[in-house]
Amino acid sequence: MTSIFLQAFIYLVAAVIAVPVAKRLGLGSVLGYLIAGVVIGPVIGLVGEETTTIQHFAEFGVVMMLFLVGLELEPKMLWAMRNRLMGLGGLQVGGTAAAVMGIALFFEQPWTVALTIGLIFALSSTAIVLQTFNEKGLSKTEGGQNAFSVLLFQDIAVIPMLAFIPLLALPELIEQAQAAATTAAEHHEELSLVAGLPGWAYGIVITGSIIMVVVGGHYLSRPLFRFVASSGLREIFTATALMLVIGIAALMSLVGLSPALGTFLAGVVLANSEFRHELESNIDPFKGLLLGLFFITVGAGINFSVLFNDFSIIIGLTLGVMIVKALVLYSLALIFRIKGSDRWLFTLSLAQAGEFGFVLLSFSLQNHVIPAEVAQTLSLVVALSMFLTPGLFILFDKVILPRFEKTSNDRETDEIDDQGTIIIAGIGRFGQIVNRLLVSNGVKTVVLDHQANQVDVVRQIGTKAYFGDATRPDLLHTAGIEHAAALVVAIDHHEHSVELVKYVKHTYPKVKVITRAFDRGHGYLLRQAGADIIESETYHSALEIGGHAMKTLGLHPFFVEQQKTTYKRVEERKSDRLYAAWEDDSEDERFDNNYRDLFVRLEEVMAEEMKKDRSDKHSRSERGWTPPPKGYADTFDDDDQSFKTDH
Amino acid sequence: MSQKVLVLFAHPSQHRSEVNQLLFESAKQINGVTTVDLYAEYPTFNINIDREQQRLVDHDVIIFQFPLYWYSTPAILKEWQDLVLEYSFAYGPDGDALAGKAFFCSLTAGAKAEAYHANGYNHFTIRQLLYPLEQMASLTGMCYLPPFTLFGSRTALEEKRIDGHLESWRDLLRRLVAEKVELDIAASAEKLNHYLDTNPAQKVEAK
Repeated sequence: MTSIFLQAFIYLVAAVIAVPVAKRLGLGSVLGYLIAGVVIGPVIGLVGEETTTIQHFAEFGVVMMLFLVGLELEPKMLWAMRNRLMGLGGLQVGGTAAAVMGIALFFEQPWTVALTIGLIFALSSTAIVLQTFNEKGLSKTEGGQNAFSVLLFQDIAVIPMLAFIPLLALPELIEQAQAAATTAAEHHEELSLVAGLPGWAYGIVITGSIIMVVVGGHYLSRPLFRFVASSGLREIFTATALMLVIGIAALMSLVGLSPALGTFLAGVVLANSEFRHELESNIDPFKGLLLGLFFITVGAGINFSVLFNDFSIIIGLTLGVMIVKALVLYSLALIFRIKGSDRWLFTLSLAQAGEFGFVLLSFSLQNHVIPAEVAQTLSLVVALSMFLTPGLFILFDKVILPRFEKTSNDRETDEIDDQGTIIIAGIGRFGQIVNRLLVSNGVKTVVLDHQANQVDVVRQIGTKAYFGDATRPDLLHTAGIEHAAALVVAIDHHEHSVELVKYVKHTYPKVKVITRAFDRGHGYLLRQAGADIIESETYHSALEIGGHAMKTLGLHPFFVEQQKTTYKRVEERKSDRLYAAWEDDSEDERFDNNYRDLFVRLEEVMAEEMKKDRSDKHSRSERGWTPPPKGYADTFDDDDQSFKTDH
Repeated sequence: MSQKVLVLFAHPSQHRSEVNQLLFESAKQINGVTTVDLYAEYPTFNINIDREQQRLVDHDVIIFQFPLYWYSTPAILKEWQDLVLEYSFAYGPDGDALAGKAFFCSLTAGAKAEAYHANGYNHFTIRQLLYPLEQMASLTGMCYLPPFTLFGSRTALEEKRIDGHLESWRDLLRRLVAEKVELDIAASAEKLNHYLDTNPAQKVEAK
């Protein structure tokens, strides 16, 4: 037990120190983890052999990552991206794999090994690239969007690769492995449902499992999540999410399929579910930590003696791989007419190998596809190319972008095709009206509510609604608050709505926050919290009712309308002064004497204003339509006018 | 020397606009021109009288820009007149706030130019149809200029007549700011467009 604590502590300390430092230096968190691993492994030697065991465990982070990738992939979005995805992505993976394979063949590698190496280097680092795009605000550029399509294709392509690579196993490596296993006499059967089954039965079992994931994900998960959500216990929801992912991974391993494939499928199936954002925010921390652990073990496993012995070869290979990748990307950018600085962004951002490269490497090694010494060298090449990526981004920022900025200022402003979304927190009586107005006008809304049955109702009328507590930062994040145009706060809980406004205005000052207030005091609190627009939930309807009452008394509807307008104008001015008084008072004195006095005084102002006379004894509300005094025209002189009627 | 120009834009259906929106956007780009989108500022017709009067006081040239609706302005400009041009502000005793300013309409009309004629189906010239506004200018002591007009506006896009109109609109605004429009000559034209065609800026400058 003590040793487990110690080891966990070492890993965590390394991550806690190295990752923030790497981030601050602009290297990104992936490199931070790798460096942490290098430090505790080969440099200080705090961890040793056990890293391989931990690495197998940490690979589960990759399974979770694919689940999350699946969750992000709504079939509709996938379809809309099909051209770029298949065209750019397909050609990139195919082209790079072929080019790298060619080079490997040139170095007299067997064709199976060469192909595997090609596939490994065809992949780029989703983690580094997407994170850097987000940090530098490049996600919405054309280069960024195209790079995303390629990364997405690569992430999906990993799944068939994982299925395909074992077929390339080298017979002599298998023999060696078996020999080693029998001598050690530790060889034991892996737990499997399909061992010893005939081919046709195996096919049925596999098809059945996949159908089970798809159908179960679609029909069974919702009642389950709803049942769990109704308990209102967050940790049980988290447990359910983990149970789902682990369960699918277990099922897939039992039937001899890749767990990553299974969870990816489950993710896609659940992408349309109202629980999607909640699932994402629950799984994401686990994924992050496990992937971090994975990268640490990769760093710890780097063999420095190999690096220093073959220093020039490894550096040469790294640069070679990056140049080949960049060439393939640049020609694709030419073919797909990606122009200007976007072409360079696309080329440079994807020129490294990626974390899936490590996964495929350790996977190939396990499956006896490539010899251990080749894997050692290649894993150094993958790591080095990732280390060099921040440099490429700096090159883009400092050298390439300035060159294009000069010329790009002349062109016309970009069409704004992304209108931005509105996030609506709370979809009760109030939020529903807001949502219906927006949706019927073609505005994209994301609706969040913590009552699963409420979400159901809204979903039935075709709105994208998600289950979850909108006051939780992680859920807001997965709902896309960074890119939202505005957040509408329509949740019932008074304090929570103030907290939510405070958090959003503090963290995302650019997002407009539109809120409803329950009463005057709540309105002031919201205003203090930084809300941009505050409407009292009773104000407008009460004014309407007052107007109806006046009309019932026989007053002219248009006169009533004017009086309502005047009321609103005075109220608006009044509320500013009242707010100032309220804010000046200390916490417990609020709504005390000072405020009360002012309130009474301003009520009198309202009454005066309603009757207020101008110099010509007419009410202010009808000021504009006031007729001139009787006999006013006597002063006009007919001869004085130069108006001619015969043009 | 320069004059301040105020464009009061009234278009109740801007998402369908093919001409006026472009005119308004290009007016925004010209120094010395203030642009007001009345329907945007007062979507409930709740016009702020004090603010609008101040705007009038602050400018030398007042322009109503609108698509012609039933031979007149869109409703909000009538509302604007009814509310803003108060007794003792725009007319009556001490009502000289507008005296000496220049005023005209920049409008688009769906019918072809031939229709606005005694023998055409609209029976009156555009200047005649706008007599209420001409008299408004007269009573408030403003110098009335004939309208700056684009006829056949529903087919202007297809017939590629918009660019030319935009060009003379910008020219007109710049000349107004620079005081390069001879108000007395311009006032007697049927359309401001005619004055611009026959009195280019170079000619005026040469005088």
